[in-house]
Amino acid sequence: MTDPDPDLLLHATGLTKTFGSFTAVDGIDFAVERGESFGFLGPNGAGKSSTMKMVGCVSPVTGGELRVFGQDPATHGPAIRARLGVVPQKDSLDEELSVEENLWIYGRYFGLSQREVRARATELLDFAQLTDRAKSTVEPLSGGMKRRLTIARSLISRPEILLLDEPTTGLDPQARHVLWDRLFRLKRSGVTLVLTTHYMDEAEQLCDRLVVMDHGKIVAQGSPRSLITQYSTREVLELRFDTDDHAQHGDVIAGIGERIEVLPDRLLVYTEDGDAAAAEVHLRGVRPLSALVRRSTLEDVFLHLTGRTLVD
Amino acid sequence: MSTSVSTTTRPLTPAAWRPVFGSWVTAYKRTWRGSIFGRFLSPLMFLLSLGLGLGSLVDKSSGGVGGVPFLQFVVPGILAAQAMWVAMGESTYPVMGAIRWNEKYHAMLATPVGIDDVLLGHLIYVAMQITGASAIFIGVAALFGSFSSWWVLLALPISVLTGMAFAVPVFAFSAKQEGPDNFNILFRFIMTPLFLFSGIFFPVSQLPAFMRPIAWVTPLWHGVEANRSLALGSPDFAAVAGHTTYLLVVIAVGGWLARRAFTKRLVV
Repeated sequence: MTDPDPDLLLHATGLTKTFGSFTAVDGIDFAVERGESFGFLGPNGAGKSSTMKMVGCVSPVTGGELRVFGQDPATHGPAIRARLGVVPQKDSLDEELSVEENLWIYGRYFGLSQREVRARATELLDFAQLTDRAKSTVEPLSGGMKRRLTIARSLISRPEILLLDEPTTGLDPQARHVLWDRLFRLKRSGVTLVLTTHYMDEAEQLCDRLVVMDHGKIVAQGSPRSLITQYSTREVLELRFDTDDHAQHGDVIAGIGERIEVLPDRLLVYTEDGDAAAAEVHLRGVRPLSALVRRSTLEDVFLHLTGRTLVD
Repeated sequence: MSTSVSTTTRPLTPAAWRPVFGSWVTAYKRTWRGSIFGRFLSPLMFLLSLGLGLGSLVDKSSGGVGGVPFLQFVVPGILAAQAMWVAMGESTYPVMGAIRWNEKYHAMLATPVGIDDVLLGHLIYVAMQITGASAIFIGVAALFGSFSSWWVLLALPISVLTGMAFAVPVFAFSAKQEGPDNFNILFRFIMTPLFLFSGIFFPVSQLPAFMRPIAWVTPLWHGVEANRSLALGSPDFAAVAGHTTYLLVVIAVGGWLARRAFTKRLVV
């Protein structure tokens, strides 16, 4: 046996999780190296959170092999967890306690001294832009503030990997941007980020590399850009018609662009040149309510791979 | 195929239950004023109503219970009962809430802390609560002349054991609950009858024969008997040792059940 690569932080082969007869994670393979920002993109129920819980060593692996820092969660759970920072889907903060107390008690779980915990908390409150709320109880804070506090809490042990399960779900756009900015700073400071999301814009913003999950399986992987290049066209022409059934308009525009997707509320024409496609639609005498040209996104990749949209 | 995550193995820090205990204490520091008031009020109410009210009637008409003034007969029993109440309060909603509502346990388990630490840290906190409540009760009741012997000081650990003999199995029960509905059943159909029929107000020998064994198997009667024996002076140490052993056995079995229930609920 060779020494494990110290920079290979996460390694899974055939990783499986079942609950009774339900298979949540169906034999997936992935690897994450130090300093990377890695994402699991997929709709709700794709198996992302189950995967995260196994990586976080709180949920036993049903099958396959998982190594975190080269160690087996089944035998080294506490040792691995000591080096992880976890931002769960639900904040799980102590709402009756103050912002700083939440950080203090959490730091103590890692065996840090009272003094150390207080020093780090001051630093992290600054990072999370919560210094002026330090003494306030958590309960009245906004969703974005609670999320930032949860992230600050996860950093108190100075983790080597930060696991973020749906970091910005349920937040308003402004709060999301503040959070992304913070996460981007962490990434630049060298923290390895592993996150799940069903927002394609989040994946594009934060992930160097990602896997697309659906029904417990990985259906594609690569960088956001390479996935778009591989599975979609450069541009997309979106057409809306004044109709209940967009499928009937599919025939009229057939042959325009490389590929057409029919959604309940619009038609998507995949093409290298959206404006040219729009002109051709016009030439055929088709008059949609609206025609919009945009760049391809990961949403289009997912749609192409699964025939479904990410957020429904 | 591996079926376990080593949440139960010893974490890096040798006593990882301590920060768990500490977090419950931190939360208590926010609410202690309200609860401490109740801790003083509860013995006062019993002493006034049962000791001075009912007690004087009983003593006048029958000269107490077996020659013992009613106040001195009843107070050691109520001391044990209060330990049960405190235990029930601390081991129902807080445990279910930490699993279902605020996910406090989940937050702990994401760190090096393991299931055993979560359980032990919380139980030690509950023991601290029972100790505080019982100590206050003994202090207040002593001022009213409820005890005739310094041996009553040993009723403090006995009361804590009595409370824990409820708290530990109820931890297992609470960990299995989806909501608070069953807690009402627990309070109404278990706690209240136990309070009435465990020899607090009258000796169990007054009960119909078929009911006596029920009193004998539940922890409360053992706590009541041991407390009373100590508080009245010249205790029967063999009996007290027997009661103590019984309480310890209940705690041990409860601990095994609670550990199983916690693992099943939190390690999925």
